[in-house]
Amino acid sequence: MKDKKLFGLAALFSTPDELVHAVEKVREAGYEKYDVHTPYPIHGMDNTMNLKPSKLGYITLSFGLSGAAFALLFMYWAMSKDYPMIIGGKPFFALPAFIPITFEVTVLFATLATVIGMLTFFFKFPSNNHPLHDTPYMKAVSGDKYGICIEADDKAFGLEKIKSLFKELHSTDVSEIYFPVLEPVNLFDGKFLALLVVVALLTSGVTYLSLNKLLYVSPFTWMMTQDKDNVQTKSTFFADGFGMRRPVEGTVARGFIPYEYKGLIAPIVPLSNPLLPTTAVLNQGKKRFLTYCSPCHGNFGEGDSRLRGQFPNPPSLHSEKVRGWADGNIYHVISIGQNVMPSYASQISRDDRWAIIHYIRALQKAKNASPTEISEAKKENSANVAK
Amino acid sequence: MNIDYSQELPVVEGRLTLADIDRLIAKPLDEKPDRKFFMALSVTLTLLFIGVISVTLLFMDGTGVWGLNQPVGWAFDITNFVFWVGIGHAGTLISAVLYLLRQKWRTGIARFAEAMTIFAVICAGIFPVIHTGRPWLAGYLLPYPNQHGLWVNFTSPLVWDVFAVSTYFTVSLVFWYVGLIPDFGVLRDRASSKIKKTIYSIFSLGWRNSHRNWQHYEKAYMLLAGFATPLVLSVHTIVSFDFAVSIIPGWHTTIFPPYFVAGAIFSGFAMVVTVLIFVRKVFDLEEIITLNHLEKMNKIILATGSMVGYAYGMEFFIAWYSGNPFEQFVFINRAFGPYAWAYWIMVSCNVFIPQLFWIKKIRRTIPSMLVIVILVNVGMWFERFVITVTSLHRDFLPSSWGYFKPTLVDLGVLTGSFGLFFTLVLLFTKTLPVVAMSEIKAVADGAQPSHHGGNH
Repeated sequence: MKDKKLFGLAALFSTPDELVHAVEKVREAGYEKYDVHTPYPIHGMDNTMNLKPSKLGYITLSFGLSGAAFALLFMYWAMSKDYPMIIGGKPFFALPAFIPITFEVTVLFATLATVIGMLTFFFKFPSNNHPLHDTPYMKAVSGDKYGICIEADDKAFGLEKIKSLFKELHSTDVSEIYFPVLEPVNLFDGKFLALLVVVALLTSGVTYLSLNKLLYVSPFTWMMTQDKDNVQTKSTFFADGFGMRRPVEGTVARGFIPYEYKGLIAPIVPLSNPLLPTTAVLNQGKKRFLTYCSPCHGNFGEGDSRLRGQFPNPPSLHSEKVRGWADGNIYHVISIGQNVMPSYASQISRDDRWAIIHYIRALQKAKNASPTEISEAKKENSANVAK
Repeated sequence: MNIDYSQELPVVEGRLTLADIDRLIAKPLDEKPDRKFFMALSVTLTLLFIGVISVTLLFMDGTGVWGLNQPVGWAFDITNFVFWVGIGHAGTLISAVLYLLRQKWRTGIARFAEAMTIFAVICAGIFPVIHTGRPWLAGYLLPYPNQHGLWVNFTSPLVWDVFAVSTYFTVSLVFWYVGLIPDFGVLRDRASSKIKKTIYSIFSLGWRNSHRNWQHYEKAYMLLAGFATPLVLSVHTIVSFDFAVSIIPGWHTTIFPPYFVAGAIFSGFAMVVTVLIFVRKVFDLEEIITLNHLEKMNKIILATGSMVGYAYGMEFFIAWYSGNPFEQFVFINRAFGPYAWAYWIMVSCNVFIPQLFWIKKIRRTIPSMLVIVILVNVGMWFERFVITVTSLHRDFLPSSWGYFKPTLVDLGVLTGSFGLFFTLVLLFTKTLPVVAMSEIKAVADGAQPSHHGGNH
């Protein structure tokens, strides 16, 4: 008994009246560190023990209010700042429509805070190795007895003195409660290590199975498997075994119109430019010309290739011959190519080809203008500015 | 049969001592489950298995296996959801509202009713998750920072539902657990086997019956009851908003929130009585769950059933009084159209039959009350069915009229939800005390000090 440390002295009573009387006497005797253990709350015991009212409500209030504020602010931020969207003609901050969620979050925060606060902060739970556990005293008070326990670190504690006090009060049973002797914990205990291994195996196994297998079990394939042939899959239906099919002979792609003068070498193509040389068209033509034509023809169509001899230089677009060509003739060359120039039909759309032709015409005009034309243009510009 | 209502009836009958109460309540937990238990469990597990098969078919093939289609896009899933949420409300009402009203008789049935709340909300929660046929997408209901940069629509009643039902489930579970902590302490100290003792110790968190703890505990219980009371009203109000916020005639009415809450309490109490009749018999708890308890519950069923009847009448009155021809059409069609059979099942089970509870002999006789409460459950399921389906099946355009017929899978899912509910109830009766031991001991005769008085 000597190596055990005394926790306190406990007494049992068989009726609540006797207990109330005993608590009054214990308080009169000046003890402060005592506790009453009853199978259910006894009415009026708060006053008998002179306990202050519980402060739990403050936790509830503060967390409830912060839950309300959090919900409202979050919805305000999400619906009017982060991703504002008009829904049903309501304002971004639609207070009436935010009330239900605000209320629910308030209740949730307050409830959880109350319970968690009570269990951890007020009760210091979990505490399964409190000295009172596993004593006959605890078994009696959780059944049908009423007990009082005076702790040994009370200033006025005296073993014999309290024993006689409890005897006077007609206690049915007085017992000494000792702190439990804790066994030293061995981290390298075989059972403990085995448990660790089992937990590790279980955790990794379950994680692997659920993330890599379970998620991809039919029907959880996220529409990845479908009853159709994809371009790269082998087909069991077609004789050649290809999942990818060629279009039927003579199929024309949507929006594609074949170029009807393809076979001619130097035609007088009866095509006229469908576009008007507006600023927008000229800008579009400039952009396409610089992208597709300028690498060989040069930025101003002078045949000064930027390819430094890696590809034969084309003749200038400012020659008499090209200047004399009809628009359709240039269109024909872009569409099917000429000499070493390949066809640009697949790169440059029809409208872009006509826009490029307007731009080439503008370049030719600028390069080969007569002095009177230049002064006319200057006059026109200044007149525009003056206006 | 002569009962003097001028005096408060004793909550516990038969002069049980506190030790007797512990022994009676802990008996199902101390004994090994018997043959009857396994027979009952095999029935409920079969029902549950039917549900599992139906849900699997649904997940494999999608909602096409259900009977719903244009114009009835909402049918069994929402009906079952509202039905089960409603069943749950009785538990919170008994544990929280009656606690705040200082109704001592609630202690005998509170724990069981709270457990039923939790199980019913679990059953209800299944339906929103499966109703798209793609349950793996249910995560989108929660507001989390996703790669779309988009939040859920916080102004939508369907999102309110997510918050209301999940909060309700969490709060009910916490409330239930807080009530169980002292009982886990009792069971720990009674336990003879080491495994049981370890499990109960873990769940009791080290409860020591200390009055310094009881003081905060009672405060917390009061606060939780104070929260659960408006919460229970809010949950069914929000469930009714799923309908009332829309502009469909037959749904777009302001009476829906109180009408749904009254209906929820009505159906929930009926379900609690149904199950308690069997539980008190099977587990010999007739002295703790007395006939007086059942009678009081039947009185509440009578009151809420009359409220529901008033709501049915008021809907018709408003349809006439508003002068809205579409509203009038929906209600006349509801009572005399193709779904008249469902409407009149609902009215007779919910309004006419509970009126029999005005007769004392009927509300104090077990067989008669069992028949009535089961009919009330049937009627309340049909109420949700009538509200959902009859409002939808005749659209504004007669060319879009249709008639909803459930498929076998529809019925299988409903059956499965009952299987799940009763399986959970059966497992609960064998694993946890079905009556709150510490609470019932506190209201037994002679439990409180004489010179302090019971109720101050």
